[in-house]
Amino acid sequence: MSDKFKLLLRYPSAAVGLLIISLLIIISIVTVITIPYSEAIRLWRGDSETWQEYPRTAWPAWINILPGINRPTTINLTSETDGVKDTRSVSEDITEVNITIPFNFQYDDFPSEMSIFFKSSYKEQKPHVELFWINPKGEEIHIGSLEGSGAHRMSVDDRLTRKLGGKPAHIGLFADPDNLELPIKGEYTIRMQGFLFGDQDTLDARMVVYGQVHGFAGTDHLRRDLMVGLLWGIPVALAFGFLAAVGAQLNTFLLAAIGVWYGKWLDGIFRWITQVNLILPILPLLIMIGMFFSRSIWVILGAVILLSIFGSYYFVLRAMFLQIKGAPYIDAAKAYGAGDARIIFRYLIPKIIPVLLPQFVSIIPAYVFLEATISVLGLGDLHLPTLGKIIHDAHSHAAIFNGQAYWMIQPSILLIVMGIAFAMLGYTLDRVFNPRLRQI
Amino acid sequence: MPLALKRLGGRTVSNIDNAQNQKDIGEDKNVSRTSSLLGRSFTRIARYILVRFLTIGIAVVVGILLTIFIANWGGYLDEIKKATIAEQVGIGVREDASIRDLPADERLKVINELIAIQERRLGLDRPFLARTPGYLVSALTLNFGWAPTMTSPSGSREVRLIILERLPATLVLFGTAQMFLFFAALFFALFLSRRYGSILDKAIIALAPTSAAPAWFYGMFLILFFAVLIPVLPFGGMVEAPPPQTTWGYALSLIEHLILPVSAILFSAVFVSTYSWRTFFLIHSSEDYVEMAKAKGLPSSLIERKYVLRPTLPPIIMSFALTLITMWTGGILLEGVFVWPGLGTLFFEAIGRGETAVILGTTIIYAYLLGLTIFITDIIFALIDPRVKIGTGGNS
Repeated sequence: MSDKFKLLLRYPSAAVGLLIISLLIIISIVTVITIPYSEAIRLWRGDSETWQEYPRTAWPAWINILPGINRPTTINLTSETDGVKDTRSVSEDITEVNITIPFNFQYDDFPSEMSIFFKSSYKEQKPHVELFWINPKGEEIHIGSLEGSGAHRMSVDDRLTRKLGGKPAHIGLFADPDNLELPIKGEYTIRMQGFLFGDQDTLDARMVVYGQVHGFAGTDHLRRDLMVGLLWGIPVALAFGFLAAVGAQLNTFLLAAIGVWYGKWLDGIFRWITQVNLILPILPLLIMIGMFFSRSIWVILGAVILLSIFGSYYFVLRAMFLQIKGAPYIDAAKAYGAGDARIIFRYLIPKIIPVLLPQFVSIIPAYVFLEATISVLGLGDLHLPTLGKIIHDAHSHAAIFNGQAYWMIQPSILLIVMGIAFAMLGYTLDRVFNPRLRQI
Repeated sequence: MPLALKRLGGRTVSNIDNAQNQKDIGEDKNVSRTSSLLGRSFTRIARYILVRFLTIGIAVVVGILLTIFIANWGGYLDEIKKATIAEQVGIGVREDASIRDLPADERLKVINELIAIQERRLGLDRPFLARTPGYLVSALTLNFGWAPTMTSPSGSREVRLIILERLPATLVLFGTAQMFLFFAALFFALFLSRRYGSILDKAIIALAPTSAAPAWFYGMFLILFFAVLIPVLPFGGMVEAPPPQTTWGYALSLIEHLILPVSAILFSAVFVSTYSWRTFFLIHSSEDYVEMAKAKGLPSSLIERKYVLRPTLPPIIMSFALTLITMWTGGILLEGVFVWPGLGTLFFEAIGRGETAVILGTTIIYAYLLGLTIFITDIIFALIDPRVKIGTGGNS
């Protein structure tokens, strides 16, 4: 076995395949430890609290490395740390709070959205806030008068949009009057003049200028960081592919051994079931199971295994077992009185295990892509993030037509890298374990 | 050389034999003898095809039965039936003036009674197993009544028509792709087996693992590159809208729309097929009788055709049939990605709308398509595999 392994590593394709697979396994282990299962599900459920400070459908930040591209990242400002805040009392029960937050904006493109989140405590009446915007040219714009609590989404504020000549805040407030296509670069200031109506009342604010790029992987339509989905997609895909391959192959293997050993009618029945199974449209049946019963990845896994046990591979194994069945050492075993089970498990099966290995490795991508296909069709697991689900989201939001190609490309690349790595290893294993192929 | 001589000698001897026989028995008898030999192999082939037809037919029926069982675990078939009954009763009531003019609550009562009668007539109150034969028949004939929200291109709401009207588009797409795939892979495989070890050969081997990804996967990238980044080809659909009026315009538009999906299918399968067929060829070209033929100095094209291609054809057909089987159902998402108006897109849409009857019907159509694929493979087998003709067993 170890000399086979050495032989295997002499093939560059096997070495590369093994390297990629081990890398993916390491990433999977690290991911599952750092983002536990329940946390991953919570994050991917994507309630508004978790992701509200993330931009929508933002490209990964690495896009800014490309020449000529300089898209803004998200700017997150809070009155506690980034601004100057001074408080003075106007009258007995009215306090005026002045908050100014300056920030630097040096990008060639507009932000994607703007929001202000107020954090206030009050007894009876909500604080009143006057919002002002000062651009690098020193022009001051009155953004609006609002209640100082909750979230204020400036980009969907119709009154503000009208004031800015029909442009939403994140464009209108940044646009250069001389060239409306470009934002003015420089220091902007947001000024808030708040009035508190109780002596214990407080007012703080956080402003988020949502960027067009985010993190290593970008975000999706629900502001979720795709990194979470991509990272968790790897262990899910690997586990699905591996378990399905183990489940299906081992069972096929056992059944072929038993069928051949007992021969006659049992083999006939198995062959017939295999022929029926060949005609079963597996993907539509899985879709039906997903639609009518359960979309849980484990149920689908079980169904996949059940439907692939009697795959066409049964015939290949059967032919091999038939050859071994006639070998002299089997006759010898029979002669000394070995039982059926002993012959099947100790003599027939061990002989074929090496031949099984290449097929086992090369079939894994098929199952990985089967799961992806089901997910892309919209029948993926309801809770778990999977690579296929990300592609499904991207596809149903026409990502490649809306200039959001990253959304589709990243999970796809992970899938294809995984698939090619296993396939490369499988092909080479085939050469190593099938001497007849090694000669040619 | 000696072998060839011997064979030549043998033939001469048998010719003399024949000549003597002809003298003795006369020409008439000889003709009938050849024809009876032909007849015998014809009956063998016919019997083989009949047996395969029955086996596959039974397999299809069992497969559809299984589909019905899966569908009716959740009672979905009953729902389809009940919806159909309600629809029929509704139409009947609208036609019938005596019921239509009744007050609303009485009319509802009459309708409910009619529905109950129909349900009893169709045996919906009987246990599932007793209803299965009926369901099987309606499944085999795709008789699933009307779809609640979907319509066929011609405007019908009958599930059978919705499905059957989508079939030609699927057949056009996959027929074209399969034809290209078969001949391209065969050509490349023969070409590479001649140039074993060349850079091109190694490149194809290196590309074989890319076939791990299904066609829809490459389809998305092809759309991204050739319809979005460099918009030279249409991103989806079967013909442009509105469809061209002239036959030539229509054909041209169809070809233009076929390029990307067919390329996606080819890309996902051609390398692995080339690789495995090339291996078949290489194994067979190292057989002794091929060496012999080479030694005899036969032209290499003849050796390829008669000594290598002929014996490798059955395993190639078998491997191609297996590729086709995965391709049919794997094409569901490919069609969805390219909005190709075939069965796959229908399935995709039906999933989105939760149209149970259409999903079930499409699953059954796929079972028929798979059965047909295997049956055609068997017929081809009967024609090219001499073992069938002389009666020493089929392809199993």
